[in-house]
Amino acid sequence: MTEVKKHTIVALVQDQPGVLNRISSLFRRRMFNIDSLAVGPSERPGLSRLTLVIKADADGLEQVVKQLYKLIDVIKISELDEETSVQRELALIKVSAPAPVRAEIIPIIDIFRAKIIDVAPDALIIEATGTEDKIDALISLLRSYGIQEVVRTGRVAMSRASARARAVQARSA
Amino acid sequence: MKLRGAQILAECLVREGVEVIFGYPGGAILPFYHYLPEYPQIKHILVRHEQGAGHAADGYARASGKVGVAVATSGPGATNLVTAIVNAQMDSVPMVVITGQVPRAMIGKDAFQETDVTGITLPITKHNYLVLDAADIPRVIREAFYIAGSGRPGVVLVDIPRDVLQEEAEFHYPESIDLPGYQPTVQGHVAQIRKAADLINRSERPLIIAGHGIILSGAYAELRELAEKAQIPVVNTLLGISNFPASHYLYQGMMGMHGMYHINVATNEADLIIGLGIRFDDRAMGRFKDFAPKAKIIHVDIDPAEIGKNVRCDVPIVGDVKQVLRVLIKYVQPGNRTPWLNRLDEMRRRYPSLHIPDDGRLWSTYVIKTIYEVTPENAYFTTGVGQHQMWAAQYFCRDKPNCFITSGGLGTMGFALPAAIGVKLARPDAVVWAIEGDGGFQMTMYELATCVENRIDVKIAVINNGYLGMVRQWQQLFYNNRYSAVALFNPDYVKLAEAYGIPGFRVSSREEVAPTVEAALACPGPALIEFQVEQEENCFPMVPPGAALSETIPLPVPEVVRQ
Repeated sequence: MTEVKKHTIVALVQDQPGVLNRISSLFRRRMFNIDSLAVGPSERPGLSRLTLVIKADADGLEQVVKQLYKLIDVIKISELDEETSVQRELALIKVSAPAPVRAEIIPIIDIFRAKIIDVAPDALIIEATGTEDKIDALISLLRSYGIQEVVRTGRVAMSRASARARAVQARSA
Repeated sequence: MKLRGAQILAECLVREGVEVIFGYPGGAILPFYHYLPEYPQIKHILVRHEQGAGHAADGYARASGKVGVAVATSGPGATNLVTAIVNAQMDSVPMVVITGQVPRAMIGKDAFQETDVTGITLPITKHNYLVLDAADIPRVIREAFYIAGSGRPGVVLVDIPRDVLQEEAEFHYPESIDLPGYQPTVQGHVAQIRKAADLINRSERPLIIAGHGIILSGAYAELRELAEKAQIPVVNTLLGISNFPASHYLYQGMMGMHGMYHINVATNEADLIIGLGIRFDDRAMGRFKDFAPKAKIIHVDIDPAEIGKNVRCDVPIVGDVKQVLRVLIKYVQPGNRTPWLNRLDEMRRRYPSLHIPDDGRLWSTYVIKTIYEVTPENAYFTTGVGQHQMWAAQYFCRDKPNCFITSGGLGTMGFALPAAIGVKLARPDAVVWAIEGDGGFQMTMYELATCVENRIDVKIAVINNGYLGMVRQWQQLFYNNRYSAVALFNPDYVKLAEAYGIPGFRVSSREEVAPTVEAALACPGPALIEFQVEQEENCFPMVPPGAALSETIPLPVPEVVRQ
């Protein structure tokens, strides 16, 4: 057993009905630990790209990848590491902001390069993008003002233009 | 050419070379059954329960090497197949299952006999499809047979709504298959094979563990050549049994929870384990972390996900075991491992795992051994699950390849009879024995009607000890001797056989065993023998649950038997 840590995996899959079900069912069935999952169309018609964040040790990661490859609809799996990829999450945060405190909140939003996208007399909706750490930090700073609602997309990731994503082959060696 | 979906389905089955299907009609699959009589080249066997159709297709596939086909209707028809689907999937048996579904407009409305069959079978199949357009049927069926039968074989389910079976579409059978996400690795990596050969050449105490993969890839000759060239003893997993001649001097028998004591202990002394077409299953390996502590491990399997899953691996080789062995044999040097073979032989003689007390009592082991001895060479044996299965594995003494067909991974009681039906259809010239316990037989005995109706000549041995024997053994050994819900009421099996119109025999003494087996074999059609055996015979050797192979409890034998 090696150290358990978070891994970002990107899967290119055929856009068939039920493909997400197949993947989530696989994780549940094999007791793999999934932190987040984001999915959307890729640059190629008929193919979707998923970003999965999983917690696993090295052996567990290997099993996840091999089991994913066994799904007929899965075409390619890449593991992205932090140095050679960009990783982002988007969050919408509805925070209580009556007039007296609004001026306090706005500089915080600026520091995090977040945006106010909706304003009501006593509340704001903030849109923030960044790493999970950054979004966690923003949420914790806003907590004292009263957070009414949070929605997060989960991580999406892409290898840097300068780097090639490491395709994780099932260890055929 | 425009055809109805049901006709297209039948045309596709013909093109895939399907000769026999096992099924049960019902509302949603009716259009297929309506057109089936127009395709006399497809023989349909009407079972009595869909589970039987699944196991029969499973047995057919294992004995023929072809893809087995089972058909059922929606809802309960499909759910009754679930056990058989898992059974085949866990044992890597190529099978295509076709189920009817409620009409498209009714899906999701909780319609009569509607079940989310693709949802239910998603984690228990290699792949599955819900077909929503009759024009897709040819592509889907072509892919289904290809996926089921290639790579590591498995089950593909195709769910087709009734109105899709009824609608017309243009029929074109696709020439090619486009599955970019499915590319099984067949050829092993040569550098890895050379590494494996190097380990073999340097080893003094190697063991080959040969599994179901040898049978699936037909690598009997290659396995034998490797073993003989390098003088390596061959051990079987349960599903590997009959992949190597049992009379061969290098053959050691089955390992694992009820495996041969000398082999289980030998894994502790081995310096090299060569796993060929196996998945290092828990029942075969004992406690994983203590498996073969002194050995390097070579693992050859077509499924990369099996490598390193349960036990560590030093030289992984992904590929078809037959292709890999062909290359490996070239790099392996002729060996002389007499000291190691002598050591195994000495252990086998000192701790015999096969011994039947000569006390005149009717032990199950005596019955099973006698069936093997009396039955002619061209014969297949299917089993249920439990003590009789383990004894059938332990006392296996045949040389015919692939003649032992059993439920390994799932451990499905009641497998023997329906599986034997499938085997007989695949191998009509062979004798087929279904060996079952009294518990398992009562789970699927309704398939006697299928045998009689279709004149399927299966010989049935019911090993009746009046208990769920393996459960009773566990309760005796590990649950403080408290027998809970294990004693069985049994019907009069002779009358039962007669009620179905087949000969029934009852055996309660040793002298009757061989003559009655011969009498059953002489019957022109199916026959059943009930063996009223000793009630509390225990199956040893045994690895206690959770223990390592080195902790195997040997078979208790009188001192005079030890050599």
